Amino acid sequence: MYDMKALYEADSVRHAVELRLEHPEAQIIAGGSDVLVQMREGRRAGKELISIYMIDEMRGICIDADDNIRIGSLTSFSHITRDPIIQQYINVLGEAVDQVGSPQIRNIGTIGGNTCNGVTSADSASTLHAYEAIVELTGKNGVRRLPIKDFYIKAGTVDIRAEEGEIQTAILIPKESYANTFGHYIKYGMRNAMEIASLGCSVNVRLSEDQKTIERCRIAYGVAGPVPMRAPSAEAVANGGKISESLVDEFALAVLNDINPRNSWRASRDFRLHIAVEMAKRCLVESIKKAGGEIA
Amino acid sequence: MSQYKVVHCNINGKDVEKVVDVRASLTDMLRNEYHLTSVKKGCEVGECGACNVLIDGEAFNSCIYLAVWAEGKHIRTLEGLMGPNGELSDIQQAFIDETAIQCGFCTPGFIMTAVEILEADTLYTDDELRKLLSGHLCRCTGYENILRAVKKTMYRRQGKEIDF
Amino acid sequence: MNIVGKREARIDGYDKAAGRTKYYEDQMPADALYVRIKHAEKAHAIVKSIDTSAAQAIPGVVRVLTCFDVPDISFPTAGHPWSMDPAHCDVADRKLLNTHVRYWGDDVAVVIADNEVAAAQGVRALTVEYEELPFVLDVQKAMEDGAPQLHEEFPNNILKHTGMRLGDYEAAVKEKGLIKVEGWYETPTVQHCHIENHGCFAYEENGRITVVTSTQIPHIIRRVVGQALGRPWSDIRIVKPYIGGGFGNKQDALYEPLCAWCSTQVGGRCVRIDCSREETFVSNRVRHAIRFHITTWLRQDGVIAARKVECFSNQGAYASHGHSIVAKAMGSFHQHYPCPNMESDCYTVYTNRPVAGAMRGYGMPQASFADESNIDDCARAVGMEPMEFRRLNIMPQGYKDDFSGNVNYNDTYRECMAKGAQIIDYERKLKEFANDSGNIRRGIGLATFWYNTAVYPIALETTSNRMQLNLDGTVTMQCGETEIGQGADTVYAQMTAQALGLKSYRDVRVISCQDTDITPTGLGAYASRQTYVAGFSIKQTAQLLKDKILQYACEATGVATTEIDIEDGNIVRKDDRQPIMSLSELAMTAQYNPVHSEHLTAESTFTIRSNAYSFGCTFAEVEVDIEMCKTKVVRIVNVHDCGSLINPALAEAQVHGGMSMAIGYGLSEQLIFDEKTGRPLNNNLLDYKLSTFMDHPKLEAYFIENPEPTSPFGTKALGEPPACSGAPAIRNAILNATGVAINRNPINPHVLFAEFSKAGLINDPWKEEK
Repeated sequence: MYDMKALYEADSVRHAVELRLEHPEAQIIAGGSDVLVQMREGRRAGKELISIYMIDEMRGICIDADDNIRIGSLTSFSHITRDPIIQQYINVLGEAVDQVGSPQIRNIGTIGGNTCNGVTSADSASTLHAYEAIVELTGKNGVRRLPIKDFYIKAGTVDIRAEEGEIQTAILIPKESYANTFGHYIKYGMRNAMEIASLGCSVNVRLSEDQKTIERCRIAYGVAGPVPMRAPSAEAVANGGKISESLVDEFALAVLNDINPRNSWRASRDFRLHIAVEMAKRCLVESIKKAGGEIA
Repeated sequence: MSQYKVVHCNINGKDVEKVVDVRASLTDMLRNEYHLTSVKKGCEVGECGACNVLIDGEAFNSCIYLAVWAEGKHIRTLEGLMGPNGELSDIQQAFIDETAIQCGFCTPGFIMTAVEILEADTLYTDDELRKLLSGHLCRCTGYENILRAVKKTMYRRQGKEIDF
Repeated sequence: MNIVGKREARIDGYDKAAGRTKYYEDQMPADALYVRIKHAEKAHAIVKSIDTSAAQAIPGVVRVLTCFDVPDISFPTAGHPWSMDPAHCDVADRKLLNTHVRYWGDDVAVVIADNEVAAAQGVRALTVEYEELPFVLDVQKAMEDGAPQLHEEFPNNILKHTGMRLGDYEAAVKEKGLIKVEGWYETPTVQHCHIENHGCFAYEENGRITVVTSTQIPHIIRRVVGQALGRPWSDIRIVKPYIGGGFGNKQDALYEPLCAWCSTQVGGRCVRIDCSREETFVSNRVRHAIRFHITTWLRQDGVIAARKVECFSNQGAYASHGHSIVAKAMGSFHQHYPCPNMESDCYTVYTNRPVAGAMRGYGMPQASFADESNIDDCARAVGMEPMEFRRLNIMPQGYKDDFSGNVNYNDTYRECMAKGAQIIDYERKLKEFANDSGNIRRGIGLATFWYNTAVYPIALETTSNRMQLNLDGTVTMQCGETEIGQGADTVYAQMTAQALGLKSYRDVRVISCQDTDITPTGLGAYASRQTYVAGFSIKQTAQLLKDKILQYACEATGVATTEIDIEDGNIVRKDDRQPIMSLSELAMTAQYNPVHSEHLTAESTFTIRSNAYSFGCTFAEVEVDIEMCKTKVVRIVNVHDCGSLINPALAEAQVHGGMSMAIGYGLSEQLIFDEKTGRPLNNNLLDYKLSTFMDHPKLEAYFIENPEPTSPFGTKALGEPPACSGAPAIRNAILNATGVAINRNPINPHVLFAEFSKAGLINDPWKEEK
């Protein structure tokens, strides 16, 4: 039995917005795999909840009129991984969220919840950053869209305006981001399942026609700072670079200019820096291989 | 403040309804309202898998699933696998035959995930099976015989025998 | 007809597969009140006051009780047999709730409520005023003069110190040309992580208290509850239903005494205590973290000339099993690798950490890690292949330990090593892996372990048994040695059927659940004793029952008892083995005989005055990804000599479970604490890295079956041994792969990063630039 003060169940997006305006103090609960755990721990005990879990219109993946890949915020991780659109265009996202927690958590956990809780270790977050995803929020004044990097404000805080009655309704991947790209994600954990990332690294590349040059490279990390982040210095090294072992090494070392992991009992800063470089290297190599390139 | 709601769902093939405290987890509802005590509590925060049940064919930790979300859902627990005369299903029998059961506390959750795996009608590799079963912790078996039980049943359902 | 020795399905398998086996919570009375415990959020403090007013005002709260309300009785908690010698009794150092808080998580108050939310809210509403005291977490720092003192009666926090001297160590080390191999070896605090948390419920009935509890030791719990409440022991009735694993944590009085007392404080109403997972990690028991200092002196030919071993065991806040664990660890060294000159000392030391108690292996996973790490280092120091070095120094056939009387009847160690080496293809891999020089390096390692069976002669070994012949010719059997998941009931059924001459083990009805009002006295599940000790009383009781059966059969048939026997469930003639009467016929005849009616039963107690060695080894093959600081166990093979196997399928399953625990112990498991506050940081199943389905290779279990001469069924310990040698085997495989000797476990990525950096395998150039 959860120690909650009240439960408000939304049956549509509009209803959710109304409930949010009526109960500004209430916590939104999607799949609940974070919120309910915190409530059990006592951290959110006694709070009111607005459940949006039953809003089926917020589930599913499609390509919208502007060629964005549109992922409904309540789409579960396991449905993302199995989705043919994801598999065709942005398989790395499916692979990344296939490393969340456990199979059961991947069935209950949603991509909306994974991003709205604002934690840096979220397995979807680094890939969404590396694809410059757009977050769609729906409130009393309609839809607001913003780049995912602006969505994250600080650790645990994202730009959702309760006073506007906002809830996150979708995540969009622009065509310019996903077209003709190949990516790879590595989650560094202390064990191989039921794990929270010590560090997550997601890379994607678009190669030149002859597959000898990196036309565009993007890299993003989780747990390399208080919020998920890109590594622009490393990207600058790779962009336009001729594929070679030394390019890969240079790229990997350049991430040190960008990332700023912290010391915690989960892992030391030095350890995270070390594996960050190695993971950048491995992710880039794999991405190039998937794109059909060869490393000289 | 008390808040209650009628929850209609189908549990183990039977349409049912009960008035439920909205604060209840699905574990609470299944154990306390329906006496389905195969649903075990090992952590109550979704980390051990002992409370796992199938909801519309997918595995969920019922401890972190609100009972009110069961509205309209098809829920299956281990109790639902047994035939009318006490016949065990093939996967239950395989757990016995392969010595995949020791203390028995993780067993119901494991078997329900195995049911989802087997219903996918796919011949998975060992590595795939390990990943599919990785949402359950077991301290007795080292998972070895559980893997054998699931693998054996998977092969049998495909009309194949497997030799370990 | 052999029933023993066969692969048979568990007798509780059907119900467990059907999900209808009843554990304590499945039998919970609907009206049970919820007890939630307020755990101290200080590592060391004195409770000055507790404001309960806010808690009491919460609707649903029935009663709030604090450390100022409990009886002034200190009691012990260890699941040890009672000793008639007061000097040998367990240390009684805790109360039901404590004003002197000695670890973060100590119990200071309870809230009893009619629903779980109110109970939890009540606990959060308590305001505790503390006088903070300095605390100490490190075992050796706790021994220093001036260290924070936990229990006044134990200066320098030393609960106990014992030592052992063989030959003359000081003189021996002066021998010319000796090579010294010295190391500090550090083992972590880990937890049992049975999937069913401990819990219990208690109520009064006719002036007595019943506690239904998830325990391994019902009869001992009865005594401890009696002691803690200051009540006659027969006032207490303990019921043990099926339990979801124990591994030693439940070989201790956990919350049964508190639960029983709470019931008495609400008029005998039923109250329940259900530990959360977080509480199980911190406020139950953990495995002792033991630090070892080993100095080994070798001759050039690799023979060990002298050895010194010091062991520092971190007891945590209360005595629990106390010194017996590190004493067992220390006592293994001189037997495992006998050497003429030894000096050993061990200390059990209180610290402000969670209480350490029994956990699968009882000191031996720790000792094995230290001993076998040092032995591999010794082999390297003299340039010998590690298995060869072990063959040279390990306990020989015929070795006798004068204390326990144990004899190494066979050349078990060498047989197990030979078998394991052959299965894993040790010698070839050793050569092949030596060539690895890239980022991924493969390695192979081994470790052996020392173990014994049950607790004789340190403590009493007694076991009782009751059997009755049922009217259908089956036999009901009951004993105090508990089924906790390991399969004890099934092997009891096999042994009983064998001893009596029944047709099948299915003809034995084992009463699985103990009830101290009914069950013959036995000590419970611990010390890998079950199969060994129960074997004695089963054999003896079966003989008594058999004598009665044959006596009655003689009366019924006129054939002399010396001419008849029982076979396949029938009374048979000895000469032609032909049945003359079925057991069912006999039982019916005896029961309903109008002239001489008899219910055929037998009961007896056996005092065991022997012990038995149980040895084996692990071979591990690993792949180390140096840059990623990761170890993958590619293959792992355990070989055990636990005597004759009663049920090979269950034996293998036991070994798998132990190997799994050993993999976690070697690579990932560790309960960690905040140095600044003493607060546990990872007391949940997400942050505590229990190995998952994806962290194991195939687990390979093998046996050498040398029948144990002291056992009526040729059997000896197997429950704990599989948990002992896995971690050092992995450690030695990593050493073989990388050349880096790591003297602490778990060997997780943090440790590998530090060690590989130190060894120069990892170079982060940017670190030097800074």
